[in-house]
Amino acid sequence: MRYLPLTDADRGAMLARIGASSIDDLFVDVPQEARLSGPIEGLPLHASEMAVEQHMRRLSKKNLAAADAPFFLGAGAYRHHVPATVDHIIQRGEFLTAYTPYQPEIAQGTLQMLFEFQSQVARLYGCAVANASMYDGSTACWEAVAMAGRVTRRKRVVLSGALHPHYAEVVRTMAKFTDDEIADALPSLQGTPDNAGLIARIDEETSCVVVQYPDILGRIPDLAAIVEAAHAKGALLIAVNTEPVALGAIKAPGELGADIVVGEGQAIGVGLQFGGPYLGLFAVRDPKHVRQMPGRLCGETVDAEGKRGFVLTLSTREQHIRREKATSNICTNSGLCALAFSVHMTLLGEEGLRRLASWNHALACKAADRLARVPGVRVLNDSFFNEFTLVIDGDAREIVRKLADDGVLAGVSLGRLYPAEEALKGGLLVAVTETTPEEDIETLASALEGALS
Amino acid sequence: MNAPNKSGWKPEMTAADDGMHSGPQTVTGNRALMLEEPLIFELAGTDTTGVDLPEIEGGPNRLGGMERTAPIGLPGLSEPETVRHYTRLSRQNYAIDLGLFPLGSCTMKHNPRLNEKIARMPGFADVHPLQPVSTVRGALEVINELAFWLIDLTGMHGVAMSPKAGAHGELCGILCIRAALEARGDPREVILVPESAHGTNPATAAFAGYRVENIPANADGRVDLEALKARLGPDVAAVMITNPNTCGLFERDMKAISDAVHAAGGFVYCDGANFNAIVGKIRPGDLGVDAMHINLHKTFSTPHGGGGPGSGPVVLSEALSPYGPLPFTARTADGVVHLVEEENAAEFDHTQAFGRMTAFHGQMGMFTRALAYILSHGADGLRQVAEDAVLNANYILRSVEDLLEAPFGKSGPCMHEALFSDAGFSEGLSTLDLAKSLVDEGYHPMTMYFPLVVHGAMLVEPTETESKAGLDQFIAALRSVAERARAGDVSMKQAPYYAPRRRLDETLAARKPVLAWSDPDSA
Repeated sequence: MRYLPLTDADRGAMLARIGASSIDDLFVDVPQEARLSGPIEGLPLHASEMAVEQHMRRLSKKNLAAADAPFFLGAGAYRHHVPATVDHIIQRGEFLTAYTPYQPEIAQGTLQMLFEFQSQVARLYGCAVANASMYDGSTACWEAVAMAGRVTRRKRVVLSGALHPHYAEVVRTMAKFTDDEIADALPSLQGTPDNAGLIARIDEETSCVVVQYPDILGRIPDLAAIVEAAHAKGALLIAVNTEPVALGAIKAPGELGADIVVGEGQAIGVGLQFGGPYLGLFAVRDPKHVRQMPGRLCGETVDAEGKRGFVLTLSTREQHIRREKATSNICTNSGLCALAFSVHMTLLGEEGLRRLASWNHALACKAADRLARVPGVRVLNDSFFNEFTLVIDGDAREIVRKLADDGVLAGVSLGRLYPAEEALKGGLLVAVTETTPEEDIETLASALEGALS
Repeated sequence: MNAPNKSGWKPEMTAADDGMHSGPQTVTGNRALMLEEPLIFELAGTDTTGVDLPEIEGGPNRLGGMERTAPIGLPGLSEPETVRHYTRLSRQNYAIDLGLFPLGSCTMKHNPRLNEKIARMPGFADVHPLQPVSTVRGALEVINELAFWLIDLTGMHGVAMSPKAGAHGELCGILCIRAALEARGDPREVILVPESAHGTNPATAAFAGYRVENIPANADGRVDLEALKARLGPDVAAVMITNPNTCGLFERDMKAISDAVHAAGGFVYCDGANFNAIVGKIRPGDLGVDAMHINLHKTFSTPHGGGGPGSGPVVLSEALSPYGPLPFTARTADGVVHLVEEENAAEFDHTQAFGRMTAFHGQMGMFTRALAYILSHGADGLRQVAEDAVLNANYILRSVEDLLEAPFGKSGPCMHEALFSDAGFSEGLSTLDLAKSLVDEGYHPMTMYFPLVVHGAMLVEPTETESKAGLDQFIAALRSVAERARAGDVSMKQAPYYAPRRRLDETLAARKPVLAWSDPDSA
C-alpha cells in the first residue's frame, strides 16, 4: 500500500523490540468477540492511484460544473474568479499540512497569516476585532446570536424575514436546545426591505436583531435605522453578510453601527465546492466584547529576544481550558480557507476590491434591465448589489429545472429555499458576477422567454 | 542508539561550530534561508492591485443610497510580491510534509496528493450547493458512497454527514440524543464525561443544556465501571466516552459500559477522535455505541490546513438515526441518490429530524478527499492503517520508557498513541522545556499537558505513515531530550534556540491584546 512505509521486515523487527509475538498481541485489550478476523466483508480492497482517479473522475463528470453552463446562482454562495496564485499558495505543504499553531515558535507562518486575515476582515466589516474564522456563515450567525445572549443576558432573538432561510433554520435548530425564543418572519416580495415591520418586533426582552445585508432577496437594507431602534431597546444588532465582494461597494456594517458582524467569506478565494468547506467570518465593533467572542484569536506579542511574533491568545474563553464554561464548543477554525481568502484579498487590495465590486454591480444592472424586458418577468428590487429577485408569472422552481435540462443554470428559486410558501413560488434569485459573460445574460433572457411563452 | 542521520552531520559538531549562532548580526535580520517577513500592511499601500480588473466609470448605481464613501484600508500587492510574501511565511511553519508530527489525538498523517487533485476536479470544486439535483448527481453519489463506507466501517445504522468539524459532530450527536429523549417524553439533565475527555466533550454537553459530571478513572487509566454503574440513573441522558481513550488505552469494558447505560435508559456517545487506532479492526457499533463523530481530517487524512477546515460526520445507531439533521442523501431501490431536505423529508420517512446544523450539505471538499483515501486503502489497507499506527506507537513506548515515565505502560500495550509524564525530570524542568527542546531537534512536539489526568502529560501519536528509519531518528531525539531533562540541563529552559522565534510571551499577548494591525502613523 503506497501510503504505508513499513515493510514486513520492519514490522517483525519492531514487534521484537516491543516483545510481542504478533500484531494481535497489541490488541489484547480488545475483547476477542469485538475483533474482526479479517477485512470487513463486502467492501472493496485497496486500489491504485490511477484506478481511484478514474472512479472519482467518472463521478465528477455526472455533475454540471458552473464553468460549463450559463450560471446565475447565488443565495449565499457566489462564483468569482480566483487567481491561480491562491490555489498555489494553499497547496504549499507548509500551510496545507500544518496543524493548529499550538507551538508558536514553529508556526509563525500560519499565525502571521491569521493576524493579517483578522486585520483584513475587521477592516472590511468596519469592526475593531475579527476572529481567526468559524466553520461557515450559518454557524457564525448562530454563534453571534449565542454571544448576544451572553452580553445582554436576554433570550429573545428577532430575525429579519429576509435572513437566508438556511441561516434562520440553523438558529432555530440551536435555539431549541438553549431555550432562546426566536421571533422570525418570512420575506415579503417588496422592492424595499420591511424595516418598519422588523423594528416593530424589537422589544425590551430582545437580545439581538439579525439582519442580512444585502438580504436574501438581494436588497440593501438601511442598517443604521435598525441599529438605532435595536440600541434604543438595549438589543445588539447582528449584521449578516453572505457576499463580501459587496462590501467593496457598500458601507461596512460596523460603520453603520452593527455590534457583531458575521458572514460567509467563501466568495473571496474559496470557490463553490458544493457548499463546503466555506469560511465563517466573525467580528465585533466594540473591543470590549472581545472576551465574549467564540473561536480562535491570534494576537501580537514578542519573543524572548524582543522580536515581534504571534500567538493564539485569550484562550481562556475556549473549550480546551474552560471545558463546560467555554463561550463555544468550537475547536477548529477554517484555517486553509482563511488563507485562501487572505491571499485573494491581498492580491485584490482595496483598489482591486473596489473595481471588482463596481464591475459586478454594473453587470448586474445590465442583467436586471435585460431580464426585465422578458414578458412575464419583473425585477423586484429597488436596490441590489450583484444579485436580485425576479418575479415570474408561474412556478420559478419548475422553470429552473426546465432550464437546467437545457443546460442553463438560471438561479435559485425561492421555491427551493421556501418550499412551503405558495406566495413566494414566483421568485427567482439571479446572481451576476465578473465571471458572467454578457452573452450568457442574453442566453438566460431568451431561455426565460422561451420557458414562459 | 544512533540517530540515522545521513546528511554529513556528526554528533561531535556543536552548535558553536556550525556558525549559525555565533556568526555576525545581519543588517536585514535574515539568517540565510531563515527570512524575516513584514506584515502585508507594512509592505503595501491600498492603491496597488495584483489582479487586472477594468475601471468601471461611475454612473448611477442601484445601491439604495448605501454606497461606500470611507476608505477600507486594505493593502494590495502585485502577484510576485504576493507569492513571495506567503512563500516566505510558509517557511516559518512546521508541517507533516517536513517531518514527523506526533501530536497525540490529532492524527497528523501524510496527506496524499491524489486527494488534492480529485477535490479540484471541476465537477466537484466548481459546483454550487443549490444547483438543481439533476445537475449534481455525481456529488450526491460521492456523499452517499462515503456515507456507506462510514456506516460499514463502524457497524452503525445511519450517518449525518453535514457537521463541519469534530466538535460540530459531537454537538450533532448529543442533539440527536436529546431529541430522542424528548420524543419519548423523558428529558434528562446529566451527561457523564470522564476527566480524561477532550475539552470539547463537556463544552458540547453544556451547550446542549446538560449538566456535566465527571466519571472517575481507575488506576490503569480506564473508566471505573463500578463507579459509573453506581452513578447511572433516570437523570443521566448519556455518557461520552473516548475509545481508544486519551490515555492511549482501549476501554476494555466498553460493551459492559454500553449495556449498563442502555439498561438505565441512557445513550452512549463515543468521541471518535481516536478511530485511527481501530479502523477496519473493530466496529464501534459492535460495542453498543449510539453515536460517534468521525474526524475526516484525522483518520481519513484530509489536510489540517493550519487549523481547519475539518469535517465531522456522525454515525448513529438505529435508535438515534430518525433524529439526524437535514439535509442528507438517500439511495432508492432504483439506484438513484436523492438529496433529502426539509421539503421531501416525509417521502423518506424522516420527519423527526432535529433540524439543520449548517447552511448547505457539509464539507464536500473533505468528502471527495476522504473517499479517495478510503478507496485507495480499501478494507484491507484500512486494517493495515490501524495495525501500523498501533505498532508505531508501541515501538516508541517501549523504546523510551526507560527514560520517560509511562504511567500506564505496565497495564499493557497502548493503542495508536503513547502517554508519558514528567515524573523523573530534574527539579525545575518541565514538559514544556522538553517540548521546546524537541523543536530544536527538528520535530513538532507531542501534545502537552493533555490528558489532564497525568502530571505534565506528553501524548505521542506517530501515525502509520512514518517509516521505521524515521521513527528511529525521532526516538533518538526523544531519548536525548529526556536524558537532558533527567540530568537537569537548564539550557532547556530557554529552548528553542534554532526556531524562527524564541519563546513567545503569551502572557503579554493576553494581558494587552493586539488582535488587528493598526497604523502606527495614525495612532
